[in-house]
Amino acid sequence: MQEETLSPPKPPEQRDRVVIRFAGDSGDGMQLAGTRFTETSAAFGNDLATFPSFPAEIRAPQGTLAGVSSFQVHIADWDILTHGDEADVLVAMNPAALKANLRDVVPGGLILANEDAFDDRNLEKAGYESNPLTDNSLRGYHVMTAPMEKLTKLAVADTGVKGRSVLRSKNFFALGLISWMFNRPTESILEWVDQKFGADNPVGRANIEAFRAGFNFGNTTEEFHHTYEIAPAKLPEGTYTNITGNQALAWGLLAAAKAAGLTLFLGSYPITPATSILEEVSRLKHFGVKTFQAEDEIAGVGVSLGAAFAGHLAVTTTSGPGVALKSETLSLALATELPLILVDVQRAGPSTGLPTKVEQSDLMMALFGRHGEAPLPVIAASSPSDAFEVAMEAARLALKYMTPVILLSDGYLANGAEPWRVPDLDAIPKWDIAHTTEPNGPDGEFFPYLRDEETGARPWAIPGTPGLEHRVGGLEKAALTGNVSYDPDNHEMMTEARAAKIAGIANDIPEVEVHGSKDADVLVVSWGSTFGGVRAGVNNANNTGYSAAHVHVRYLNPLPRNLGDILRRYDKILVPELNRGQLAYVLRAEYLVPAITLSKVQGAPFMSAEITKKIIELAEDKS
Amino acid sequence: MTTETRYKRADFQSNQEVKWCPGCGDYTILASVQSFLAELDVDREKHVFVSGIGCASRFPYYVNTFGMHSIHGRAPAIATGVALANPELTVWVITGDGDGLSIGGNHLIHALRRNVNLKILLFNNQIYGLTKGQYSPTSEVGKKTKTSPLGSIDWPFNPVSLALGTEATFVARTIDMDRPHTTEMLRAAYSHKGTAFIEIYQNCNVFNDKAFQLLTGRQERDHNRIYLEAGKPIVFGPDDEMGVTVGIDGAKIVKVADVGLDAIAIHDPAKPNPGVAFLLSRLSHGPTGPTPIGVFRQVERETYGERMMGQIETAKERNSSNSIADLVKQHGTWTVE
Repeated sequence: MQEETLSPPKPPEQRDRVVIRFAGDSGDGMQLAGTRFTETSAAFGNDLATFPSFPAEIRAPQGTLAGVSSFQVHIADWDILTHGDEADVLVAMNPAALKANLRDVVPGGLILANEDAFDDRNLEKAGYESNPLTDNSLRGYHVMTAPMEKLTKLAVADTGVKGRSVLRSKNFFALGLISWMFNRPTESILEWVDQKFGADNPVGRANIEAFRAGFNFGNTTEEFHHTYEIAPAKLPEGTYTNITGNQALAWGLLAAAKAAGLTLFLGSYPITPATSILEEVSRLKHFGVKTFQAEDEIAGVGVSLGAAFAGHLAVTTTSGPGVALKSETLSLALATELPLILVDVQRAGPSTGLPTKVEQSDLMMALFGRHGEAPLPVIAASSPSDAFEVAMEAARLALKYMTPVILLSDGYLANGAEPWRVPDLDAIPKWDIAHTTEPNGPDGEFFPYLRDEETGARPWAIPGTPGLEHRVGGLEKAALTGNVSYDPDNHEMMTEARAAKIAGIANDIPEVEVHGSKDADVLVVSWGSTFGGVRAGVNNANNTGYSAAHVHVRYLNPLPRNLGDILRRYDKILVPELNRGQLAYVLRAEYLVPAITLSKVQGAPFMSAEITKKIIELAEDKS
Repeated sequence: MTTETRYKRADFQSNQEVKWCPGCGDYTILASVQSFLAELDVDREKHVFVSGIGCASRFPYYVNTFGMHSIHGRAPAIATGVALANPELTVWVITGDGDGLSIGGNHLIHALRRNVNLKILLFNNQIYGLTKGQYSPTSEVGKKTKTSPLGSIDWPFNPVSLALGTEATFVARTIDMDRPHTTEMLRAAYSHKGTAFIEIYQNCNVFNDKAFQLLTGRQERDHNRIYLEAGKPIVFGPDDEMGVTVGIDGAKIVKVADVGLDAIAIHDPAKPNPGVAFLLSRLSHGPTGPTPIGVFRQVERETYGERMMGQIETAKERNSSNSIADLVKQHGTWTVE
């Protein structure tokens, strides 16, 4: 930093929180700028939550609304629940980014625009008839502009980057300016660039020069008279890391394999937004994990089932369309009663739908989307860091009960980040999991379908074990021997035994806890990634004189054993879901309660205000 | 060739009643495989049979080893998982022309190209048996079945050509009725490191009887079986009077007397390029004439499993930490006090 050019610092204004959204073309590097801002804020000690949003196309046409990519980060000096309903600051790298994101900016919020991109051509592409930066249409906001492209060009002139590469660094100019404005420590960003590109790499040097230019521009330009400071959050003591849902899932699966003393095997096929789990696990080979990129979704689950048969902790990761393809193999896993984890990182459907956007619309498929009577455990992660625990829990259930398990995550958790207070990962207790090595019948006979009295699970005797040779398969099996049986009574008995095994898991999972009053006017029931927004919405309602309680359901099948009693205590049950009411449907069917759906299928998470508004509407309706 | 081992064929017979139709070619193949397993001095529990769906795929239920009767077409994928999980196992895939080439064609070609350590036995009877007689992807054009009353209009696969097209490292063909040859092929496949593919012509005496009559009929077989033997000229016929030449325009059947023995191709399954083997596989399509049986191709290539374990070992050498806490630390942490 060229200290001599800096004017004396002005005292920053203290804020307890701020929501910043970086928005630009999908090639503008907004995800990178947002991630770097997030990491430096995390290291600074803020609590945070992020919401990346990007188009399905890698490079949609430049300057168009369809090509806008954004990254929202909420930083605070307190323990926050959401990525923020509305942005306090919008960084708009072009007119399309402004247009696509303006509706999410808080009234009076700050718009920081790259004025160089607001030329006639870009304005027209975004559908503006006149320049919003100058036509007074943004009078409800605080607008600041910077010639980001011109200044980036000047800043990188001596770094050796040429041609079109010159403007690639403009995201670092924006990042520098925002970092100055919010008093971020800059060292970690500069170090990251050095590590990523190498200290002498022209692109790395260009990024650093652009970052400095942005930082200094804020400091020396009269217009930017104001800086803000968000103090570190008073989070519980401990070691923290910033983690996305997919990363947490990968690590959770690894932790489960270690706890179980098994090799982790991941067979998958790339699909948005699940791919980065396969990528993350693929770089963990030094833990002895095996990854297999299959020829298709069906093979992905197929190799995993084979690995499960042979004794590994087997996992397949996918999203909705892949679940449909894997459904037949899930039923085989269920019939052969082998442990297998299917991770469904949900996205908006049906069909290809909105592949990069969040939705919770695979719940019904997870619960019921198989041929035959085929119940299996379904659990859902509620936050990026919760995905770690849920991954471990999915593995525990799969191994203990010898069953496939579906773990539901979604695109919001997959890419969203938050600080995670890291538990003592090397002190995770070992699980009591062992492959069967001895015959379990009289006279040295082996009964592959002799069930454990407590869990209903069958033994896991893996190929290579002497004396335990046996055959499994999709045809109905006789109890005990596992031999093919077409006996009608046996089929009914086996169907019931498989169902009872899964239903019995209800006694092995925690009861749900109610947040809020027993006498609240409205009980809000949520599942999955909506936890933060719903909890914040419930808190807001309670803080404004209404009375609401909240139950968040992690286990979707079997449902927690106390859930029915809790639901029946309340007159009004609100179930907000990023689908058309799938959990509500299940609750009505299961408990005969009048659950009311709050549905949202816009490819975006709930805002807490949407939850609060609906709670108030229900509370005030005394009919 | 049988050797004394601790096993007898009966040790590989399960206690389940075999339920194929009387006279089915599958019985012969089952007997050949069980006898071959007994001949090997390999622990019974080290064998795993994985099958899909179809008549052939009931096979694992009848072999007293580990086994899985899985999903239509998916056996190569599931078997791949078994083989990668435990390299000490011998993993056999039992499939048919419908299972392996129709619904499971994708998994088959990918297993073949990857060279996973699998022994794939494809029972080709050129018909759907379990669903009672519909044309299959190897049925000849014009075949009249219940779903092709006017004759099939599907151009069929030649399974050996297909396998060679994937650059599989071991490709062979045999005939159910010829037990010594079947055993020889099983032995070669077993000894091969990587994916071994054997097409077995198998008679379905109920829905497609005598489909391989040219190769099995007492009158016809000597004139139509072309035994491929490494290092030997490719000749056939009762008095080896016929032979095969290979040139730029393909493999051709000739009278040895017309061209001289020197012009007859010498079989070399170890050629790195699968081209000549492919030309040989084109000699017949069906079979509707003289047909090569034996090992078309056998080349050495590292297996997928060896490469996978090699990468794991390399990764462990580069990073010896087995601590998830270290992993998180590398990711970047901060402390709140």
